[in-house]
Amino acid sequence: MSSVAGLLALLLHLALVLAGAPLLLGLLRLIKARMVGRAGPPVLQPWRDLLRLMRKQPVVADGTSWLFRSAPAVALAATCTAAALVPSFALGMTTAPVGDLLVIGGLLALGRAVLALAAMDSGTAFGGIGASREMTFSVFAEPVFFLIVFTLALITGSTNLDTASSVVNAGVGLRISMALGLVATTTLAIAECGRVPVDNPASHLELTMVHEAMVLEYSGRHLAMIEFTAALKLLLWMSVIAVLFCPFGIAPHDGPGATLAPWLWLLGIAAWAAKMVLLAVALAVFETIQAKMRVFRVPELLGMALLLGLLAVIFLFVSQGFAQGAP
Amino acid sequence: MSGPALAVLASAVGLLLALGVATAFSRAKVGFWGALLVCGAGAVVALVYLIGGAEPAMLTLPFGLAGQSTILALDGISGLFVLLLMLSGTAAAAASLDDHGHPPATAPAFPVFLGAMLLTLLAGDAFAVVAGFELMSLASFVLVVTSHREQSVRAAGVLYIGMAAIAGVCLIAALALLSAHGISFAAIRAHPPEGWRAAVVLALVLLGPGSKAGLAPLHVWLPPAHASAPGPVSALMSGAMTKIAVYVMIRLLFDLCGPAQPLWWGLPLLAMGLASAVLGAFRANVETDVKAVLACSTIENIGLVTIGLGVALAARAADLSALAGLALGAALLHVIAHGLFKTLLFLCAGAIQYGAGSRLMGRLGGLLQRMPITGCAMLLGGACLAGLPPSAGFASEWMLLQSVLGAVRLGGLGLQIVVCVLAAGLALAIALAGCAAVRLVGVALLGRPRSATAIAAVEAGPPVRWAMLGLAVMVGLIGLFPGAVLGLAAPALRALADTNLAGRADALGVSAIARAQGYVPLGVALLLAIAAVGIMLVLRARAILGHRGGPAWDCGFGAPPDWLPFGDPLTQYSAGGFSQPLRRILGPVLVSATVSVDMPRPGDTRPAMLREHSQDPASQYLFAPIAALRAHMSGLADRMQFLTVRQILSVMVTALILFLIFIAVLEQL
Amino acid sequence: MEHFGYGTMGYDVAHMLGGGVLLLSFALLSQRRIAALINIYALQAIVLAAAACWQGFAQDAPHLYITAAIAFAAKGVIIPLALHRFVHRLNLSGSVDTALGIFPSMALGVALVALAIMVVLPTTSQSQALTREDLALALSVVLLGLLMMITRRTVITQVIGFMSLENGLILAAVGVEGMPLVVELSVAVLVLVAFVVFGVFFRRLRAQFHSLNVEHLDRVGSAHR
Repeated sequence: MSSVAGLLALLLHLALVLAGAPLLLGLLRLIKARMVGRAGPPVLQPWRDLLRLMRKQPVVADGTSWLFRSAPAVALAATCTAAALVPSFALGMTTAPVGDLLVIGGLLALGRAVLALAAMDSGTAFGGIGASREMTFSVFAEPVFFLIVFTLALITGSTNLDTASSVVNAGVGLRISMALGLVATTTLAIAECGRVPVDNPASHLELTMVHEAMVLEYSGRHLAMIEFTAALKLLLWMSVIAVLFCPFGIAPHDGPGATLAPWLWLLGIAAWAAKMVLLAVALAVFETIQAKMRVFRVPELLGMALLLGLLAVIFLFVSQGFAQGAP
Repeated sequence: MSGPALAVLASAVGLLLALGVATAFSRAKVGFWGALLVCGAGAVVALVYLIGGAEPAMLTLPFGLAGQSTILALDGISGLFVLLLMLSGTAAAAASLDDHGHPPATAPAFPVFLGAMLLTLLAGDAFAVVAGFELMSLASFVLVVTSHREQSVRAAGVLYIGMAAIAGVCLIAALALLSAHGISFAAIRAHPPEGWRAAVVLALVLLGPGSKAGLAPLHVWLPPAHASAPGPVSALMSGAMTKIAVYVMIRLLFDLCGPAQPLWWGLPLLAMGLASAVLGAFRANVETDVKAVLACSTIENIGLVTIGLGVALAARAADLSALAGLALGAALLHVIAHGLFKTLLFLCAGAIQYGAGSRLMGRLGGLLQRMPITGCAMLLGGACLAGLPPSAGFASEWMLLQSVLGAVRLGGLGLQIVVCVLAAGLALAIALAGCAAVRLVGVALLGRPRSATAIAAVEAGPPVRWAMLGLAVMVGLIGLFPGAVLGLAAPALRALADTNLAGRADALGVSAIARAQGYVPLGVALLLAIAAVGIMLVLRARAILGHRGGPAWDCGFGAPPDWLPFGDPLTQYSAGGFSQPLRRILGPVLVSATVSVDMPRPGDTRPAMLREHSQDPASQYLFAPIAALRAHMSGLADRMQFLTVRQILSVMVTALILFLIFIAVLEQL
Repeated sequence: MEHFGYGTMGYDVAHMLGGGVLLLSFALLSQRRIAALINIYALQAIVLAAAACWQGFAQDAPHLYITAAIAFAAKGVIIPLALHRFVHRLNLSGSVDTALGIFPSMALGVALVALAIMVVLPTTSQSQALTREDLALALSVVLLGLLMMITRRTVITQVIGFMSLENGLILAAVGVEGMPLVVELSVAVLVLVAFVVFGVFFRRLRAQFHSLNVEHLDRVGSAHR
């Protein structure tokens, strides 16, 4: 894609993603409510909440430092940067050369570390418990992430998200490694976004809080930024799953000098929106069926995802052995 | 260009040793100022040498072992490590100037330490290497026991000198096996070892310089020694001395043993590197002393470097020169980055020890507001420790992960499964390091102060601040321009593996495959800046700025009472509490952690006690059995004292008869 | 008879189904509740039936359809229902008693899969890719069934481990082209399994009620109501 088209695609992508993240969250809450027989809040409610929070002046705890006040902005900046690197409806945006899977993982780790530090800065027991549990889960989530990247790099030959997606779009067949990778990525996404069964985003009980405990002290525009970050992270992980494992309908690279193809972009946007809605419905059903796990069972869950990732890589070695010396 | 550079650096060695002697007869500041100036000049010389192409140079000194001459040499590999040593030494010497009115009695050993390390790097024959290595161990031992009045410091010193002696013996043995045809490096290179001799050399190198670098399972000396030494000394030990040991390993295994070694040579390096990485990172989560945490994280980072070296060694043997270049580049970049940011972190730890009155994390807190420059420097160092983009730690870890991804091409299915397990373990170690960094910064710098000395903490003096600022700027630049450091390492890559990173490392970023996309730190930093500016603009337009202060919400507990102006320190998370989930899950597996609860009977008013006991697996499975064996053998030997005259005579006669049988057998053959 | 080569859609479907059986073996290892264990075993038998169907289509061998029907009807429907009923009537405990923790046994399972692959692939270098991979998967399922039998203490789990081991054997039998007497083998193994299952439960019944009289079951059941 030419650079002008790439820039336009990037701007449109950012607009869609930033506008759509709270809408996705609203849709998720609506479906969960309907499934348990409640009427549920309207889909636009998270946007209304964010705008309301922005209009309120934050109350900051005594004794906290500048890090507490600037952490929400840093975390949001890191998540926005990661969101700019994950393609949604078109490959070949301007940021494609920077969009490495390991870099995206690193940016999400930056956001998480900054929020954990801010939680420790609040000087309360809730902050400590949230930070400690969040970092412990991340210890078990990182190996899963790296093995998924390993699987994809072996199948597609690169850790760059754009290149990997193009190769998968061109067709890799029904591979069991991809299926195992999909299961592992879904488990990882649930753990990273703090959804049931790893964490309950709607709870306010100390025993069940992880992410909520970290951000307990925030209010006003700080809280608005943090809630937006959480919604953006959920959308980001769903986009990662969509672009890596079912990239049908995404507007491909056209090579240098190609012109804009508006209908390809429209198809891409429609496909992406449909995938997001489908994933939201699936997540809502899963969250309604599942109960939240004990905190000390979560590393077991992530350990099983790690073993699935290990199996995926082992099966890849087997089939690559066949590809090289096929009978 | 290279000849004069070597001459300047050789005279720097002499100057530093002379400075040591001079300091013994005058004030301590003489030694520190002299070391600062010499190291600063040395850094400039090394930089100019590396930029100028790093042609190999040799210098012969007229004195040496048994009347022979000693050879000094400089090439791309040693030039890179000299640059790191000089930068670290400048910062450490500057920080030592701030001695708070109590000049340490061991000040003369400081320039000697620096001189010995420089001599090890400049060595061109076996004698110079051993001389430098041993002098380095001795000088650092003297420095470690500076506060020898404390029992823990004395114990740490004894363990340190014992392990250093073992390392020295193994190094001498390895060099002896290699020097069958002469002790100069040129002679050794001309006759590389083969077969069993090469395998024994590999084992001795891993035991000797490997234990000096802190590879598991020979790492037990590192945390106590680094924690007991004064701040700038532990900065040098962690940042520079471990890298000197890595340099000796690289020189012996890659250069002197030649490129014809088999593929399995990489495997012990991979195994020991992975064990060090995981164990070091886990222990960094468990320790409660700031310096011990940093020392355990040094073990982890040395493990990462060794993994890169293992992949490079195996790739070179398998003729995959592109992979070898990538892995070696990752290892060398991590050496430079870690050397600098670990020096920075230890300087911060030293400033905290003096300024806030304690090294224990349970007595710190709230230091970010009271010691702003130290706090910001520690934040930057912590980001590098955790490997967060766009810091220097992430760049080298990215390259290392890419080289492990490429290592699947090394061999058959068995080796591929090993690489798979290595990848999972590597990611686990990196994640554990991130958790340890958040814990260290969160408990020591943030939150409410946990003791009176933390409330009254003072910032470090001007020399330390300047040293921290300089190091922070360098670390930041390395993070944004890793290609520049890799350009400086290009002569080393050419010398070690006959490869280069053309097309893969330039001013913009690094990549794994030539002309493919990779990691562009400037791009990431630019996007982060644009996002931050965008957020600021939106907030300015839509949100109410400013904030109100108030007591922490804490689910409704209200303000603390007047007699606790900073709140009750016990209602904050402690370092032990932060790592409790990790200790509970990984503790029994990694460090044999056991928990015992002692509950009083009903009616008894004494408090219940919860005891956690854990032991480093190297101590438990390696050193404790060896110590028990030694005790057993000395018990056996003790019995020899109480033999009767007849028994002593029969021992001597048996020895004589065995010797005669041996001669008879030899005569027959 | 044609066999699907590596890279074709037929190959992909066959090894997805085989991989599904393996994945369900892992799911069996990770369960804590008996009811879920029986349901997953039923699912594994259904996936095995699908794999046998596909192999019947691929190898153009109609007798494999009969094997698939047996697997579906007997092992997918009848035996799980009978097991559910036994567990309920005999009031057996609802959770699994493990001798080795869940995560270590799964890690051991992955190591056994790697071992099975490393054993099967070099020794079958003369055969087609599909057969080799099927044999590797089948051996893995057998080893995982054995692992389940030795690391779990409850009787039900040992019986299910034995039956999943037998699933692995059937998977190997349908994967090899031209293997004779597959249907007879299936029926024989089914009869063996039935004897094992009933034998275990009759012993339990006699231990609990000191009688093999099935009327007692109904009386006890009605007394509980």
